[in-house]
Amino acid sequence: MSLLNLHLKVWRQNRGQPGHFQDIEAKDIPDHASFLEMMDIVNERLIQAGQEPVAFDHDCREGICGMCSMQINGIPHGPEKATTTCQLHMRKFRTGDTIWIEPFRATAFPVIKDLMVDRGAFDRIQQAGGFVTVRTGAAPDANAILIGKEVADAAMDAAACIGCGACVAACKNASAMLFVSAKAGQLNSLPQGQPEKDRRTLAMVRQMDKEGFGNCTNQYECEASCPKEISVRWITKLNRDYAAAAMKEAFVGRQESSDGGE
Amino acid sequence: MKILSMSAVLDSLSRFYASSIGKKILVALTGAALVLFVLGHMIGNLLVFAGPEAINEYGHMLQTALHGGGVWIARLGLLAAVAIHIIATIQLTRQNRAARNDAYGQHKAQVSSKASHTMIWSGLTLLAFIVYHLLHFTVRAGNGFNGAAYKTELHGETVHNVYKMVIDGFSWAPASLFYIIAMVLLYSHLSHGVSSLFQTLGLTTHRTAPVFKALGHAYATLILVGNCSIPVAIWLFGYGR
Ligand code: SF4
Ligand code: FES
Repeated sequence: MSLLNLHLKVWRQNRGQPGHFQDIEAKDIPDHASFLEMMDIVNERLIQAGQEPVAFDHDCREGICGMCSMQINGIPHGPEKATTTCQLHMRKFRTGDTIWIEPFRATAFPVIKDLMVDRGAFDRIQQAGGFVTVRTGAAPDANAILIGKEVADAAMDAAACIGCGACVAACKNASAMLFVSAKAGQLNSLPQGQPEKDRRTLAMVRQMDKEGFGNCTNQYECEASCPKEISVRWITKLNRDYAAAAMKEAFVGRQESSDGGE
Repeated sequence: MKILSMSAVLDSLSRFYASSIGKKILVALTGAALVLFVLGHMIGNLLVFAGPEAINEYGHMLQTALHGGGVWIARLGLLAAVAIHIIATIQLTRQNRAARNDAYGQHKAQVSSKASHTMIWSGLTLLAFIVYHLLHFTVRAGNGFNGAAYKTELHGETVHNVYKMVIDGFSWAPASLFYIIAMVLLYSHLSHGVSSLFQTLGLTTHRTAPVFKALGHAYATLILVGNCSIPVAIWLFGYGR
């Protein structure tokens, strides 16, 4: 084990107030610590010195919950591919390095404190359509609906999205298309998602726009930063599904008022 | 009832335009039309290398198609495409800026190209170029290209001497230079735009993504080389002078 001496530039901000970078010297950081453990050490020392610790989000610390965030040296979740901040290790840094640590920045993700941002916009997008309606009562038989292996695998890939928001943070437009496309695409791919497909697609995209995320310019920084390697082909599908749903809405209308109905 | 459903259709269409993806789809569709136009435009222009007869006849054909109506249909169509393409992208760009109020101290691009980051600037410069180009060769303002010196006989008819206009137009270095600079920006714009439009229209797949990307670069290069060959041949190598 070796110890690292690092220069941190950490964003400090209270909700609704302007923020600034604080220079913090992080000395003797074990290289087997994770990035969040490094932050814990730094916070311990701040507390001992009678200063305010740095607020940051975290929960599972094993790359599955999507709570950890942080823009590290200009890249969400840091420089490692397919890695969340909690899974990033300090051995990826060299002693003497300067590390910039900032919150995920987007108008739709307001800063709560320091490195913590409010990602409630994602919840509201999910509530708008990221679900399938099921009847209550006894659970249906497993495997009663046949799903092709390829379809199930693809839906599983989309379902890997942990809702961390790195895609928004990486995008120069703060677009949420990768997240929304993964959440909509997962359900839109499966037979269980078909009955509500158009409604879901329209509702989720409209909520996304309402939250003030930017528009996708097909630069794929989201995919490069996504810890779960969600493919931008889900965005292709969302574009397709949205165009179809919007045209159907405009020229066919709702089912109950359709010409062929009861 | 008819009026009601009519307004329901219009409501839905305006909602489509108001949405992020809706606007992007319009940008992609108008972009596709303009992409095809630049190819046709380039092929026509290359007739300058086939000699005065060929390009003058081509010019005359464009002017007289559908009793002179054809060229206006094309012009209005192109004007509409350009207008939608620009208005929608300006609206999208403003939203994109608003979506990140506070700038990062550090923000690294990992995979995106320079061209993709400068679309609005390459595009707006091209707009300025298009205005200049139309004044130069279409309206022919501030030059003598409408005068009697630029009329010629073709199959017993008096037609506009496109050939002489192009040779004289590009004999002036600043004009040639501006055309070449604009074409480099068009190259940049197309190198991101062509493959991008397939993505926005929902047509890209895992298999075709690299194909569309290569196609976009090849297409952009073709247009750059083809269009630049004309001012370069005339201005630098004295073709036709
Ligand atoms: S798509 Fe990737 S980067 Fe975006 S929220 Fe989901 S896991 Fe995070
Ligand atoms: S803390 Fe759960 S993914 Fe990082």
